[in-house]
Amino acid sequence: MFGKFIWLEWKSFFRSASLGKSLGLKIFMIFLALYFSAMFLFFGIALYPMLKEFYPEADPLQVVNRFALIYFVLELVFRFMLQTLPVLDIKPLMTFPIRKRKVVNFVLLKSLYSFYNILPLFLIIPFGVFCIVKGGYGYLNMLGWMLGVYSITLCVNFINFIIKKRFTENLKALIPLVIGAGVLALLDYLEIFQITAYFGELLQLIVQNPYLGFIPLILVIFLFKWNQLNLEGKFYLDAHLKGRNKKANTREFGWTRKFGSIAPFLQQDLKLIWRNKRPKTTIYLSFIFLAYGLIFYPNDTYQEMPAFFVFVGIFITGIFMINFGQFVPSWDASYYPMIMAQNISMRQYLASKMGLITFSVVVLAILSTPYVYFGWNILLLNIACALYNMGVNIPVLLYAGSFNKKRIDLDKSPFMNYQGTGASQWLVGLPLLLIPIFFFWILNKFINYEIAVGFLAGLGIMGLVLRPSLLTFLVRRYRKRKYVMIQGFKEKGE
Amino acid sequence: MITATNLSKVYNGTRVLNIEHLDIPPGQNFGLVGNNGAGKTTFFSLLLDLIQPTTGNIFNKDITVSESEEWKPFTSSFIDESFLIGYLTPEEYFYFIGELRNRNKADIDSFLTQFEDLFNGEIIGRKKYLRDLSKGNQKKVGIVAALIGDPEVVILDEPFANLDPTTQIRLKKLLKELSKTGTTVLISSHDLIHVTEVCERIVVLDKGDIVKDIETSEATLNELEDYFSREILE
Repeated sequence: MFGKFIWLEWKSFFRSASLGKSLGLKIFMIFLALYFSAMFLFFGIALYPMLKEFYPEADPLQVVNRFALIYFVLELVFRFMLQTLPVLDIKPLMTFPIRKRKVVNFVLLKSLYSFYNILPLFLIIPFGVFCIVKGGYGYLNMLGWMLGVYSITLCVNFINFIIKKRFTENLKALIPLVIGAGVLALLDYLEIFQITAYFGELLQLIVQNPYLGFIPLILVIFLFKWNQLNLEGKFYLDAHLKGRNKKANTREFGWTRKFGSIAPFLQQDLKLIWRNKRPKTTIYLSFIFLAYGLIFYPNDTYQEMPAFFVFVGIFITGIFMINFGQFVPSWDASYYPMIMAQNISMRQYLASKMGLITFSVVVLAILSTPYVYFGWNILLLNIACALYNMGVNIPVLLYAGSFNKKRIDLDKSPFMNYQGTGASQWLVGLPLLLIPIFFFWILNKFINYEIAVGFLAGLGIMGLVLRPSLLTFLVRRYRKRKYVMIQGFKEKGE
Repeated sequence: MITATNLSKVYNGTRVLNIEHLDIPPGQNFGLVGNNGAGKTTFFSLLLDLIQPTTGNIFNKDITVSESEEWKPFTSSFIDESFLIGYLTPEEYFYFIGELRNRNKADIDSFLTQFEDLFNGEIIGRKKYLRDLSKGNQKKVGIVAALIGDPEVVILDEPFANLDPTTQIRLKKLLKELSKTGTTVLISSHDLIHVTEVCERIVVLDKGDIVKDIETSEATLNELEDYFSREILE
């Protein structure tokens, strides 16, 4: 039966509409995996000698045990954000004579083969071997330790499974957990209740009595069973349908009326952003990246390189532009045929997208004004960067967008989600940032700062003045690509 | 109103549509019938400039659809759920379409009152997004939205599929009334009874070719049934 499931997955991968892209992505991921394996292996080998060097009087194993809990917590956080849980499309299988438990077991066992479970081995095994060879620990003791620690890693795997299943729908429910963890961390830091030390002692206990290494393994089996029951309980279509009937949010965005003929589209786009997971995240990201300047402005190393501040300025004022704009018109993929057949001219459609992004640049530029604290020249540069974004980068992005023909599922979270990304998306980010940096660098080096800032602002204003003709050009481009887009947006799947 | 000349569409060497000449006069209730793969949706997609013809042209009120967007203001359509915006509520969707067709909120509200029966209390004021409605209710929304703004041409692909019997009967009445106001209505259907009841003219497509072009009369239903069962009888 498991063979059949694997066969199904194989077919779904190789017959998906965007095989070329998924394959390219997989190869890229394999390279990443190799890179991380090498890094972990290197670290695993170097860990023992390094600890010996930094803490000559301490026993490396004890140091490691002491930090183990922190490592596991970090692992859980990373897994939560990055690890995609194996999914199997259960709907077509539900009515077939296949036992539920088989399907559930398949999903759970498949998660064990995840790369995230192999990676820790590169750390644990070399370190364990070092402890036996150099640290004088008995091999049985270290085998017990390795078994124990690796079992805990697998526990993290299944705990992540449970957390994800339970909380992805409702991230707010995680807050108490996060607060709890924070309190424990604080107590530990203040040396009131040193949970990491106690955890370290438990691991130490395993080293002394290697048979105790089976306890975490039993815990793994227990968590496996828990997951099994959990998933079996969800093996109904209800579980998918339930909760979907959330009350619709009917915010009106009435203020958009002021923008005249593009108002309905603007309203439309705001609803798009507000009501769907993926575009909504671009908003949060924009606010997070606003703080980006704090890393660069106070740092002395960058003071001699103002070209770096161009990068920051373009980034801060244009983060929404980059995140949202590069997927125009893929955001509208699921109803693109309607947009094309309705009484909407291509010009209006593009003008509204431009309007929305321009608006975001203005807002972010205003929000970035407190950076004047770091000097007037930074404020001026940021304004110049905002102008450059509005005048030059927005048309460039929309032009790049005309190469889009991949659908985006609005409801998926953007973390490690490459849906809708093609080679052009990876490339488009570069000229947006590099060209202004290059101009600025040249002018700043050979003339002066003010001229360089003025030049960027000038380019931006020129772009704004020329916008109508740029729009005409873009409209022609989009009309030409229309059929390819409609065709491409129809293809669902990975 | 609508003229297709020399129209053909080829996919990977297979000709899926081949219409030498088709003329649909204004105000006609026009029905397109054919088995799966006959080219019905292809024809509608060409008419809406969603795909490009391999040869020939379609003119909508003398406008070449693949060259100008001028046909959009007086043409509306519902082909499939890709014409709906899933994250809007039905009201918002109607208002949005209304704005595209120069109808304000009040216009839309009064327009919608005539469909209260059709909606059966399941669509307006339920605070549900379109993506959470059932297939049948989604279809109702799409069809009604296609009637907003008094379009001169209405194109509906398979309007009867997925609808409950009561709604099918209501829709038939609605479509008949629509053609009385001079609107050109193009529909496709697999249901021969519905299509003969609603349409004044029925064109049968087979693998992309027009094989029959009938003015609907009492005998039409039998003629169509004979045509479609010819292979089974042999």
